[in-house]
Amino acid sequence: MTHHAPNVRAEKISGGVATDRRHDSAHKHVTGTAVYIDDMPEPAGLLHACLGLSTVPHGKVLSMDLDAVRMAPGVKLVLTGKDMPASNDISPTGRHDEPVLADGLVQFHGQPIFAVIAETREQARRACRLAKVEYEELPFITDVAQTDLRNGKMVTPPLKLERGDASSAIASAPRRISGQMRVGGQDHFYLEGQIALAVPGEDQDVTVYSSTQHPSEVQHMVAHVLGVPSHAVTVEIRRMGGGFGGKETQGNQFAAIAAVAAKKLGRAVKIRPDRDDDMTATGKRHDFLIDYEVGFDDEGRILGADFHYAARCGFSSDLSGPVTDRALFHCDNAYFYPAVKATSAPLYTNTVSNTAFRGFGGPQGMVGAERVIDEVAFALGKDPLDIRKLNFYGDGGRDVTPYHQTVEDNVLERIVGELEASSNYERRRREIAAFNANSPIVKRGIALTPVKFGISFTATFYNQAGALVHVYTDGSVHLNHGGTEMGQGLYVKVAQVVAEEFQIDIEQVKITATTTGKVPNTSATAASSGTDLNGMAAQNAARQIKDRMIDFAAEKYGVPKEQVVFLPNRVRIGNQEIAFADLVKQAYMARVQLSAAGFYKTPKIHWDRDKGQGHPFYYFAYGASCSEVSIDTLTGEYVVERTDILHETGRSLNRAIDLGQIEGGFIQGMGWLTTEELVWDEKGRLRTHAPSTYKIPLASDRPKIFNVALADWSENVEPTVHKSKAVGEPPFMLAMSVLHALSDAVASVADHRVCPRLDAPATPERVLMAVEWVRRQAGV
Amino acid sequence: MTAIRSTLRFLLNDETVELSDVRPDETVLDWLRLRRSLRGTKEGCAEGDCGACTVLVGRLGGEGLVYESVNACIRFLGSLDGCHVVTVEHLRGQNGRLHPVQQAMVDFHGSQCGFCTPGFVMSLYGLWMREPWPSEAAIEKALQGNLCRCTGYDSIVKAAKAISEYGVAADSELCAERARVTEALAEMRDGSRVEIGSGKDRLIIPVSVDDLAEVLDAEPGARIVAGATDVGLWVTKFMRDIAPVVFVGHLEDLKGIEETDGVLTIGAGVTYTEARAALAARIPAFGPLIDRIGGEQVRNMGTIGGNIANGSPIGDMPPPLIALGATLTLRKGAARRTIPLETFFVAYGKQDRQAGEFVEAVQVPLPKAGAHFGVHKVTKRRDEDITATLGAFHVEVEGGRVTSARIAYGGMAATPKRASAVEGALVGQEWTVATVEAAMDEYSRDFTPLTDMRASAEYRMTVAKNLLLRFYFETTGTKKPITVSRERAA
Repeated sequence: MTHHAPNVRAEKISGGVATDRRHDSAHKHVTGTAVYIDDMPEPAGLLHACLGLSTVPHGKVLSMDLDAVRMAPGVKLVLTGKDMPASNDISPTGRHDEPVLADGLVQFHGQPIFAVIAETREQARRACRLAKVEYEELPFITDVAQTDLRNGKMVTPPLKLERGDASSAIASAPRRISGQMRVGGQDHFYLEGQIALAVPGEDQDVTVYSSTQHPSEVQHMVAHVLGVPSHAVTVEIRRMGGGFGGKETQGNQFAAIAAVAAKKLGRAVKIRPDRDDDMTATGKRHDFLIDYEVGFDDEGRILGADFHYAARCGFSSDLSGPVTDRALFHCDNAYFYPAVKATSAPLYTNTVSNTAFRGFGGPQGMVGAERVIDEVAFALGKDPLDIRKLNFYGDGGRDVTPYHQTVEDNVLERIVGELEASSNYERRRREIAAFNANSPIVKRGIALTPVKFGISFTATFYNQAGALVHVYTDGSVHLNHGGTEMGQGLYVKVAQVVAEEFQIDIEQVKITATTTGKVPNTSATAASSGTDLNGMAAQNAARQIKDRMIDFAAEKYGVPKEQVVFLPNRVRIGNQEIAFADLVKQAYMARVQLSAAGFYKTPKIHWDRDKGQGHPFYYFAYGASCSEVSIDTLTGEYVVERTDILHETGRSLNRAIDLGQIEGGFIQGMGWLTTEELVWDEKGRLRTHAPSTYKIPLASDRPKIFNVALADWSENVEPTVHKSKAVGEPPFMLAMSVLHALSDAVASVADHRVCPRLDAPATPERVLMAVEWVRRQAGV
Repeated sequence: MTAIRSTLRFLLNDETVELSDVRPDETVLDWLRLRRSLRGTKEGCAEGDCGACTVLVGRLGGEGLVYESVNACIRFLGSLDGCHVVTVEHLRGQNGRLHPVQQAMVDFHGSQCGFCTPGFVMSLYGLWMREPWPSEAAIEKALQGNLCRCTGYDSIVKAAKAISEYGVAADSELCAERARVTEALAEMRDGSRVEIGSGKDRLIIPVSVDDLAEVLDAEPGARIVAGATDVGLWVTKFMRDIAPVVFVGHLEDLKGIEETDGVLTIGAGVTYTEARAALAARIPAFGPLIDRIGGEQVRNMGTIGGNIANGSPIGDMPPPLIALGATLTLRKGAARRTIPLETFFVAYGKQDRQAGEFVEAVQVPLPKAGAHFGVHKVTKRRDEDITATLGAFHVEVEGGRVTSARIAYGGMAATPKRASAVEGALVGQEWTVATVEAAMDEYSRDFTPLTDMRASAEYRMTVAKNLLLRFYFETTGTKKPITVSRERAA
């Protein structure tokens, strides 16, 4: 890379905010030079670890004979739960329900029970298979349907949201419907699997390179397991090969094992599970059984709604509390319920502990809301879109959520209106009806669904961030913050914010790896919050330095502060302009501090979980999508013919990055609702633990016509970073239009007289079974 | 007496490599990453499904030097003798710029996390050399074996369409170096059998089919590996010991495709990619079927012979070949025998193949003029997915009556299997919906399918029956469209 020479006469800096800057690592991605943890040059003497997994879903370990494992070629160490120096616990919420390595009791098939450390990865893998473990098998449940959905064993306390008297509103409504919906889980299928590399240091020190969205938590967990102060543990991550929530807590275990082994052996240790072990032993999106009851009037206006969200949480709490909470927070999606009750049941199952995944329960919550809309529409013989619009949040008291927050920034009417027009919804619905009338086997369907997604961690204290900015004497800038890069473009966006603040070309801003040594006590890069929090923290750091430079320049040049203005790559001081780097040098010579730690905390938010009331979200992000599908009624096979999306990201910091999030989020959501199916067998084993059996979308699954647009008029009503909005999670739920278009196509086999109640994932099998069920119900 | 060489020789990017320490089950990916520290090529799944490990392999064939995308994760190093291995590190543009494929991917924002990206770049490079201005369908097909979890693919497809705006394919390194590489690879062909290692821990690369026969005669327990699209997983996933290994994927005399007297003979070493044109030209239904087997990397490696010899109940080639009445030639030493393909599949995991015997060719009788033939594969995901149910139908109708019916299914039993009772219900009857519906009642006599992660028994049975109905409507042309399609309106 040649040295960048800033143009001090430029009209505009390169790479400021609101530019379509490419991903900062794009040129490294395409040349294979972007370094992921497994690509790092290996420390001399590196050892490799592999996990030994349980072979029963629930049982007491009667004996564990690891002699053959220890004797296997290359093996240096075998760890069990008893070998954890201080604590065999990595429960992220402090419930002490998640061991590093199961000790005495295994609670799901595939639970790590020991770890082998050997000279090579292959030796470690081979040795793992030599263990002889005897169990006393215990009764197990893998599916929540096998337990009491209301009062079964729970991994964490449930939540209730209530506004008004839902049961009497439903009871007195002219019409009532109740039903149940199953919504499947989802594996993250990040292309780079979990990995940690621990390098022992002097004293109690250890440095862990961890593919994690939450370096601070990894730091705390490693310190906790080792029994050392947090200051002894440094966690660093330059980039992940995808995260999607799967690396919010799930990296803890690997980091802890690598660190323990590294400290015991005095050698660096790497652990990279193969894809099957990764998918078997790490958590996924929660699947839900949703019970719903709704009362409504003859026009389709909902009068009361009652939801119960029962989630398969797995054997431990992990993040199931906040995930199931967020499901309830989105049981309304975009709709006003005059009276509502929503309850959660985070249920214990003998499966891997489910975890964060893009949307964090929100998608599951919203899918329940959309099912209710479909039920109402079918009951009245109306187009579901009409029912949706009729029930949108509005004015005059129709603006309060089930958690008593007032919706103050609703733009859905405009978004849906514009999308309805641009997608020619009405005309196409007529055309589809005409097509279906003449097509006995292939049927088409269309649906337009909205998204309203709450932005902020519902654990209010997480809504804080730090950044560290250094300006060097040559005018180049070192940028660090607590957010992690998993492909979402956070690093480039925050760099844009800093470049904009200093008015210097982005090439002058060095983006550096996230490390707990530079910015402490960070929150997970999650909840779509990365840019909102870290962008503001970095802006704050840059402003501190800038303010000092302004003070210095005003004094040195004898001008009022207002006359010190940062222009592209230069600073105007009174009547003269000098290069940014020159002012920096002068400031340095005058002993001005050119480094700052920035900080930000989200204002306005509060949440009282016991009361189920508060203002948990700083703002909402909105979008809508319209999808058209074709289904084959002989086989259930389908294709997505066309999708139109209109989504808002406020005043976008980077349209290219935002569009990438929207397109990618939509396709990932489509996978969740269509072909991605997790299957456990009767022995409690997950059967879908590799891409040969677990099918995420391909290029040939994306809509044949795919029109994606940002609402260019949008801006955040709150003073977020340059009035932008979060974009990580909200677009995921745009994919609901595909599920509902499939449902619409299925319904056409009986002239839309029967609600298909199509569950997710809508695999070809589910679509065909729904076709046959609808035909039976309608007697056609 | 065949000369024996004890080293493996191939080109890696710009370099000639000669290795004497190659384990029989060493994968290309591990060798690149662990022994050569070339870490642009990634491991995503180690089973040939995600494509993060995609590299190009150039080899001299009947039509000169051909580059194909392959999965380095399940390809064995021993299969590379005489090949040119091209990794992402080899790509560069002119004057220090990015390669056109890479620049297009950057400009269209085709990467997010970047982990899958080198694999996409290599698949697209392979496509671009063949088709500088590819259609969307061609791009989708070339990318069936590449998973991306971030982008949603649209940006990648847009980049793929635009590559030729960044450079001329004929100017790119692999085209420019063509003559030199061809010469270097030709020189590596010294007519020697390669044997590396000793005793059981040995790999053998025979020089011809006759040499293969000799090798297997002497070493009847040796594992025959052609494309490694299944055996590769035995190693990467199950750590099975497969040595000694005999590599056959390179043998030109197993790659013959010829038609004689209405019978198409396909050598066991013909890959899906190589077979597609010849089969689809004669029997169009094979085109769309082969396009849905694996991803392109797998089709470039996997062979028709391997798909049969492997004996899987969910292999996609046996049912249509059985429906066509194909026969199989097995060879042991100099002795050959030819059997009906369907009798090769004895039971789950058991085939009619003796130790030291190998599949040499399959003979496919072409359907008579006017005969109806169709094959339909149903999967959870349309492309690059393993069959839930696959039905192959070969029906002859004269004067409105069915005179012959051969129907075979995959995914419905422990082996690829004929639907004999269904056939019986069709032959002699009028070719009508009523006949077909009556025949649909016979399926329970032929099949008792299983429930697994791909489909329930109920779904398999329902779809199996419905596929016969679909086939019937196809022959009458009365119900259109007959199924959903990725094709775009013009």
